[in-house]
Amino acid sequence: MIKYICKRLIYLVLTLWVIVTATFFLMKKLPGSPFDAERFNMMSAQQQHVILEQYGLNESLPKQYVKYMGNILHGDFGTSFTYTGQKVSTVIGGRIGPSALIGIQAVLIGLALGLVLGIIAAWKHNSGIDYFTMIVAVLGVSVPNFVAAALLQYYVALKWGILPVGFWTDWRCSVLPSVALSFSATAMVARFIRTEMLEVLEQDYIITAKAKGLSPMKVLMRHAVRNSIIPVVTILGPIVVNLLTGSLAVENIYTIPGIGSLFVDSIKANDYSTIMGITIFYSAFYIFVVLIVDIAYSLIDPRIRLAAGKEA
Amino acid sequence: MDELFVRVHVDESEKEHIAHPNLTAFQEGWLRLKKNKAAVASLFTLITIGLLALLAPVFSAYSYKETNYDIIYQIPSAAHLFGTDQFGRDLWVRTWMGTRISLLIAFVAAFLDLTVGVVYGAVSALIGGKVDAVMQRFIEILVGIPHLIIVILLMMIMPAGIWTIVVALSITGWVNMARLVRAEILKLKNQEFVLAARVLGTSTSRIIWKHLIPNTVGVIVINAMFTIPSAIFTEAFLSFIGIGMQEPKASLGVLINNGYQVLRNFPHVLIFPAIVIVLIMVCFSILGDGLRDALDPRMRK
Repeated sequence: MIKYICKRLIYLVLTLWVIVTATFFLMKKLPGSPFDAERFNMMSAQQQHVILEQYGLNESLPKQYVKYMGNILHGDFGTSFTYTGQKVSTVIGGRIGPSALIGIQAVLIGLALGLVLGIIAAWKHNSGIDYFTMIVAVLGVSVPNFVAAALLQYYVALKWGILPVGFWTDWRCSVLPSVALSFSATAMVARFIRTEMLEVLEQDYIITAKAKGLSPMKVLMRHAVRNSIIPVVTILGPIVVNLLTGSLAVENIYTIPGIGSLFVDSIKANDYSTIMGITIFYSAFYIFVVLIVDIAYSLIDPRIRLAAGKEA
Repeated sequence: MDELFVRVHVDESEKEHIAHPNLTAFQEGWLRLKKNKAAVASLFTLITIGLLALLAPVFSAYSYKETNYDIIYQIPSAAHLFGTDQFGRDLWVRTWMGTRISLLIAFVAAFLDLTVGVVYGAVSALIGGKVDAVMQRFIEILVGIPHLIIVILLMMIMPAGIWTIVVALSITGWVNMARLVRAEILKLKNQEFVLAARVLGTSTSRIIWKHLIPNTVGVIVINAMFTIPSAIFTEAFLSFIGIGMQEPKASLGVLINNGYQVLRNFPHVLIFPAIVIVLIMVCFSILGDGLRDALDPRMRK
């Protein structure tokens, strides 16, 4: 187990290094500049020099790269170009709250709804609710999140006026974006649980439980649900990826001051250092989630641990 | 006792009689797919959408970029089936033109993914040893990277256009295919029929082309069925957040973005492209599931 985790940690560092390096050199190839070209050219050579030096842009590429890597190891992602004088880490830090809140709410809604739908669908296999669940599962992964978010905003907020259209003032603002984000999670969880439980329901121990006279409710809760819930951990990785991409569009639609909208804004403003910071932040977050999911799963299910041990 | 049992006449020649014509894996798969009504319906919907995307712009009186400021934001009518947008452009033509471009991007990207992925996976599995080890370490690093982020970065440094999106999608997309193909070939490589072929003196290249590749086609087709809608989604997503295709070119993402801007007053601008993209995604999803069940019954979920 420890060997396995060490191996994974080495990959984690390697992957992050590749991402940081790739991002760094891609950003340097970016057409355009974070500075307003017209005003920048009006400055004297000395002024230009001072500005370039302030942002560390006057050195050779390899030098900049070494310096940037060194700074990152100290947790310093440079200075933002848009938010003058602010550290990228501060800018990102200030935006985590709303994104995290929406993300966590979306996961919770997705898990709760998905579990309930999936369990009932499998329990009442081939019934109306089963077909309904399958339709939800197909639509949930097929309707692009930005279309869902736009339609929700139009109907719930604009037409019916139940919830705010956007902004970020009180908890009611977080409801619609969380719901819009949760669709894909609901669909994935419902579908996964349904498949898993249909398999579990055919196992011998379920027949044994029924044969010894347990009530259907007990068979369901004690044996079927417990055994089909654990593997849901494995799809948490893809769910988080969907949330990350979803947040880019959804935060823009609902004008939420989160990391997703910051990322899109930075892209439009050519704010290199912020783009790089967010890229690294997103990647690190994603890699950590996948690692934690894998470790958690191997702890829960001993069969996986053995397989991983053999491989290592 | 003997009288109680009467010997039934058995025609010895019947025993060896082959009741059905010998079917290839694909014919069998097609037979199974045909029984899946939802999958067949999806296939026909997709064909219809494909034909409309190809033909509708050709047979229309309007062009996708022709502006006419006298007829902006018209709601659907007989002259403009899907209405017009902020420049008076015909949305029927623009929607199908956008579908055409979205489908083109998706198919080309899926094809490139497939080519690179199959070659990489096959080479890795067939050579094995150190080459395989190095190639797999490389892949293990790549799978950790969130694709969309890299696609966005690539989109930023390359000039906007169809090919940029295709390249950006392909650079990140082949990894999954490579892993699947490698796993499948590794599994097949050690099976008895390959051993039998080897014992019979079949050359390595013949084993690869006649035994290994045909047996992996199922996995490849199924994976491609899931790559195409994800490419359509990614393209639309990029255009929606403003770094994909640019006006006056139409893609489903550009149209949806346009429609979203005026959703409040003119919902029809958003609705039609949104319906088309959802239809495409739903149909590919159902067809992909159907194909998986049909071509590879072991993977049935």
